[in-house]
Amino acid sequence: MTALGLALLTSDPSTPLFTGDHGIPLLTGEGGILAPLYWFLDLWSGLMSWLAGATGLELLQYGFMHRAILVGLCIGVMAPLIGTFLVHRQLALIGDALAHTGFAGVAVGLFLNAVLDLGISPYLSAVVVAMIAALFIELISEATDAYNDVSMAIVLSTGFALGTTLISINAGGLAVGVNQFLFGNLSTVSAESAVILLVLFAVVVGVVGLTRNQLLYVTFDETAAAVSGLSVSWYNRIMVMLTAMVVVGAMQIMGVILVAAMLVVPVAGAAQVSRSFNESLLVSVVLAELAVILGIGASYYGEATAGGVIVLIAVAIYVAAVVIGKLQTAYGEESTPEMGSINVDESDSFGD
Amino acid sequence: MSANQSPPTTTADDDTETDHDHRDDAAPSTDAVVELTDVDFGYTSTPVVEDISLRIDAGEYVAVVGPNGSGKSTLMKLMLGLLRPDAGSASIFGEPSHRFDDGSRIGYVAQHASASKEMPITVREVVKMGRFPHVGFGRLGNEDWAIVHDALETVGMSAFADRRVTQLSGGQRQRAFIARALASEADLLVLDEPTVGVDVESVEAFYDLLDSLNGAGITVLLIEHDLGAVTEHADRVVCLNREIYFDGPTDEFVESDALARAFGTAANFLGGDA
Repeated sequence: MTALGLALLTSDPSTPLFTGDHGIPLLTGEGGILAPLYWFLDLWSGLMSWLAGATGLELLQYGFMHRAILVGLCIGVMAPLIGTFLVHRQLALIGDALAHTGFAGVAVGLFLNAVLDLGISPYLSAVVVAMIAALFIELISEATDAYNDVSMAIVLSTGFALGTTLISINAGGLAVGVNQFLFGNLSTVSAESAVILLVLFAVVVGVVGLTRNQLLYVTFDETAAAVSGLSVSWYNRIMVMLTAMVVVGAMQIMGVILVAAMLVVPVAGAAQVSRSFNESLLVSVVLAELAVILGIGASYYGEATAGGVIVLIAVAIYVAAVVIGKLQTAYGEESTPEMGSINVDESDSFGD
Repeated sequence: MSANQSPPTTTADDDTETDHDHRDDAAPSTDAVVELTDVDFGYTSTPVVEDISLRIDAGEYVAVVGPNGSGKSTLMKLMLGLLRPDAGSASIFGEPSHRFDDGSRIGYVAQHASASKEMPITVREVVKMGRFPHVGFGRLGNEDWAIVHDALETVGMSAFADRRVTQLSGGQRQRAFIARALASEADLLVLDEPTVGVDVESVEAFYDLLDSLNGAGITVLLIEHDLGAVTEHADRVVCLNREIYFDGPTDEFVESDALARAFGTAANFLGGDA
């Protein structure tokens, strides 16, 4: 317990907090089945070092920055990817609720580590707890036939209360080291956390890639999707579980409090300037990556918390997108085309 | 309900309607598109619809009318299998509605308010969704895109294909949704008060479109509040207020007193009540 508290207090870039190399050897440890991902991480690190040499950028010299940038880039893809489906269903705040339950998951992980010396990464326990909470929210909403903000608020505060309680017990009543989880930290992204994130990234992108048609249909028109034979509740469950994964993955850098912003702000910006759904997906990823890269850079040189800087930049980009969107509608060509006539006889391809 | 999706068909276009190998315990005759037998349903202990027996055959143009809260939309959901009856049975294309999963055969058009309003999505992307039951997890092939193109052409919306749906007028939007139903090659078109919030001229054009689609062999089931439109276009009227007050040809409906009994007031055929 004290060792953990000490580690939290004295966190510095060179010694990542949760390496998983104490206690039992782990699934996610370096020798586990995820060894190829560690190899990839080394490769990435080599690339970044080369880039550092080629460009002379100071921030690219450190191993922890290599991992932070990789994690940031992954977040920049998967957060808006999932966020697009959430925002257009008026579910923007579910990310926030799940982040807070993810915080409880972190606390559970820390607690178990301290008590049983399990040596599991707290982010792993966070994924598990957040996914259970996600399923729980979804089942409540299926039973009550609506995503109601009351149940969301209850889940959110329960998660946060549980998290703070467990952490305070853990640290002997002191709120030690909570900042890292609340606000995120570039320098504490360990190799193990990065590998966990890569796995989450693969799952999220893979599942969205496979079910993009179905998710789009369910998002756009739930009843029509149900009529067309899709099981809306199953796709909703998939959606919230993926959200839990994204939120916990992004928590490392963004922190509990700001993580929902990555799901919402780039998507809202993209909706202002895009015409089609595919375009809005692409634009939201570009905007998010822009915010992440600029934010990491600015926070490094400005010595500020990365999460906050990233969100501020994302919001600035959003404001710019709103202005551009308004200008587009004001000065766009947009002459109204002639509505064609109805000609049913010509095409006989339907109805038999 | 475990089935979440009709199996992805790699041969994008169908040649004939293949029969499904589901074994139905009570298989109704093959021509019935929709068949309800002694259906009761209530969200709570109070019944919303009661003792409904109804059969719609292929090629019919049926309108379901009734006052607000008469159970029209509930009836529609029962037919489509979105709700399961408390008592009685509902079947669609000869299969129990809740188990029916060949979504491509049903085209559904709601009040446009139901679809996400702010979402950036083009008309073409909306119509494309009609092909999703055919392609499953796969991509749309050339043939699918050709069908999307034809559907847009049919409803006269080709020029609007790349417009954002949010920029369309109510009438244009409903045409886009019809095109989606056409793209799915549906043989049953279900419309839930499709002309709410649509300007008068567009409403006329919209019903003309339905008429011609019905003429081309598509079964049309219209849930409608606007009695004027119904009496002018539908062949058959089902008048509902918790139970069926009238079911028969439109001419007879106009002459009967079913409307007054169902609505409980002196309703007229000009619409605009409520």
